[in-house]
Amino acid sequence: MQFFLEVLLGGLLSGVMYALVALGYVLIFKASGVFNYAQGAMVFFAALTCVGFSEMGMSLWLAAPLTMLVMVALALATERIVLRPLVNQNEITLFMATIGLTFFIEGLAQLVWGSQVHPLELGIEDVPLQWMLDRTGIAVSQFDLIAALICAILVAALAVLFSKTKIGRALRAVADDHQAAQAVGIPLQYIWAVVWTVAGFVALVAGLLWGSRNGVQFALTFVALKALPVLILGGFTSVPGAIVGGLIIGASEKLAEVYLGPMVGGGIEGWFPYVLALGFLLVRPEGLFGEKIIRRV
Amino acid sequence: MIGNGITKWLTGVAVGVAVATSALAQDQYIPILSYRVGPYAAGGSGFFGGSIDYFNLINATGGINGVKISWEECETEYNASRGVECYERLKKNNGGASLVEPLSTGIAYGILDRVAQDKIAMTTLGYGRSDAANGQVFPWVFPLITSYWNQAAGMIKYLGEKAGGMDKLKGKKIVQIYHDSAYGKEPFPVFEAYAKQLGFEYIKIAVPHPGNEQQSQWLQIRQANPDYVILWGWGVMNPTSLKAAARVGYPREKILGVWWAGSEEDVIPAGDAAKGYTSMTFNTPGNYPVLDQIRQKVYAAKKGNLEDMSRVGSVYHMRGVTAAILWVEAIRKAQEKYGKGKLMSAAQIRWGFENLNVDEARQKALGAFGMFPTVKTSCQDHEGSGAVKVQLWDGKAWKAVTPNWVVGDKAMTRAMLEKSSAEYAAEKKITAGCMAG
Repeated sequence: MQFFLEVLLGGLLSGVMYALVALGYVLIFKASGVFNYAQGAMVFFAALTCVGFSEMGMSLWLAAPLTMLVMVALALATERIVLRPLVNQNEITLFMATIGLTFFIEGLAQLVWGSQVHPLELGIEDVPLQWMLDRTGIAVSQFDLIAALICAILVAALAVLFSKTKIGRALRAVADDHQAAQAVGIPLQYIWAVVWTVAGFVALVAGLLWGSRNGVQFALTFVALKALPVLILGGFTSVPGAIVGGLIIGASEKLAEVYLGPMVGGGIEGWFPYVLALGFLLVRPEGLFGEKIIRRV
Repeated sequence: MIGNGITKWLTGVAVGVAVATSALAQDQYIPILSYRVGPYAAGGSGFFGGSIDYFNLINATGGINGVKISWEECETEYNASRGVECYERLKKNNGGASLVEPLSTGIAYGILDRVAQDKIAMTTLGYGRSDAANGQVFPWVFPLITSYWNQAAGMIKYLGEKAGGMDKLKGKKIVQIYHDSAYGKEPFPVFEAYAKQLGFEYIKIAVPHPGNEQQSQWLQIRQANPDYVILWGWGVMNPTSLKAAARVGYPREKILGVWWAGSEEDVIPAGDAAKGYTSMTFNTPGNYPVLDQIRQKVYAAKKGNLEDMSRVGSVYHMRGVTAAILWVEAIRKAQEKYGKGKLMSAAQIRWGFENLNVDEARQKALGAFGMFPTVKTSCQDHEGSGAVKVQLWDGKAWKAVTPNWVVGDKAMTRAMLEKSSAEYAAEKKITAGCMAG
């Protein structure tokens, strides 16, 4: 039972880390109906830029806000150069544009900062909580706990932004219908720039946490693979859905790896979440918290 | 740093673009299938940077008996199809390729049959098919220094010595956490044979690619409580493993990594979690006269290939220098037979590879004494050594743990490679035999 709890807790905490990446996708999809394929690349770019600044001698407290400025510049450039010319194009066109953007950002990151692997120290020790280990025998990383706390704060802030602010309502209106939103005077370009900036901020937070965990390197782009089943499960338009989806995916993939994996030779963690997500698609295509799509025919 | 990054790109890493670097038909031409962008760029830039640094050193000191080396670089991004494309694009340039080294199992498999058809020797330094060491079946492939199987045998030998004798491994538990790919599974037969022979329990735990999340695997390891963990990882999987081991409180001193988990790039991202971790290597960490010559004659002349000179002597750089030394020695050996100071054909260089003898005296002359094990190849043995060392990461640098080279049960691995290569020969309808010089 103790081992089961340990696996479950570890999975839930890993799930929070996945949710952090998924949040970036949700934000952009919610506000523009675009599946931003470039979110993983943005995570990598943000982390590498922050480490690059700090290796120039800046403290992390200075490097992080400077990186945020770079992410704002990237958001504005994306809106101006990639999105604005594609206003009112269909969704697949915008999706394809973000694929192109992915490769551009990946190349740009390595062009500017080089291809070396970098350590990133946030000052949070990634070791088991000793008091918990002593009392229960369960090893839970204090880094993962703090990451979960950061994620909770971020989600609360985003929930307030979307539901309680004027800009949040405008974001939702744009997501529902670009043309209708424009017709009632909502500035589409401004909204897109804002949402890409917020997604850039989420990418920076995710990049710093994942980078501190595994090192800042190109493989950060792969964390996007962990976010996709989370999105399918939680729904592409729900911030709480990203969190719940992350928790379900994290816990189930760990439990599956430990308890089902040995029966089939192990290594199922990579594809099991996708099978689970596919199963969900069959029953609830919009995800757990996604908006139900009703079309007139 | 920003400027350096841009300079590096401008000097030839644009994706898929071959960049000529003074390749002339009267030079000994070597195509470089490098990867300096993408997920494995850190290792690729170090390795190929080291090789090019050594070429520049050779050219700065008169060439190989007067014959200069030229090269062309093509970016593969460690992608097999791009690697094959690069090989096809470069192989006939400048009078034809002398040899090829893709530093990628995927690309090596992709061009395995092509090099035999094109009659170009391919080296696979420390990776690829272990059974390719049988030159009677694989005349054009040279897994020089040490194959995966001999590395695995060396690991068990070292763990046995650590335990106080090979018999002391009886009843012990060894976990292999591996990259879930053909690469990760390559040593299974060796570890299984040893487990049967020595009586230890061998547990395999797979990590799906890319390996950036390993909580469940390390919880399983914690539960199994093994005496040793063998880390057979690649890329981001390695620092993630070390971090995850720390997270569940497994001592890093009990982890022994494969040599692809034994570079600075594998441990620096893990920070303090990597302290005390050991890995295999086929280079003894340290400084050598040949590296000093590279600093003095290549970097001082502003011809160094790496933007950061402090990377000279790093694990990947030293591997690249080692590879280039062996390539140059093969060309030199071929010249001894076919004419000093003449351009060698790919077939003649193949003969050179098959008759390499880089002994201690030759290593001393090259300024690389002890940098890598002595290498003596033959038609039957395209590997030429089979020796390895163990190194420890002290938090700042790699330090050799074993003063002498470690060699596992070569008779056992030889029998395995004979069987495996015979099966390959039967499947491909190859008549095994030595090629004439």
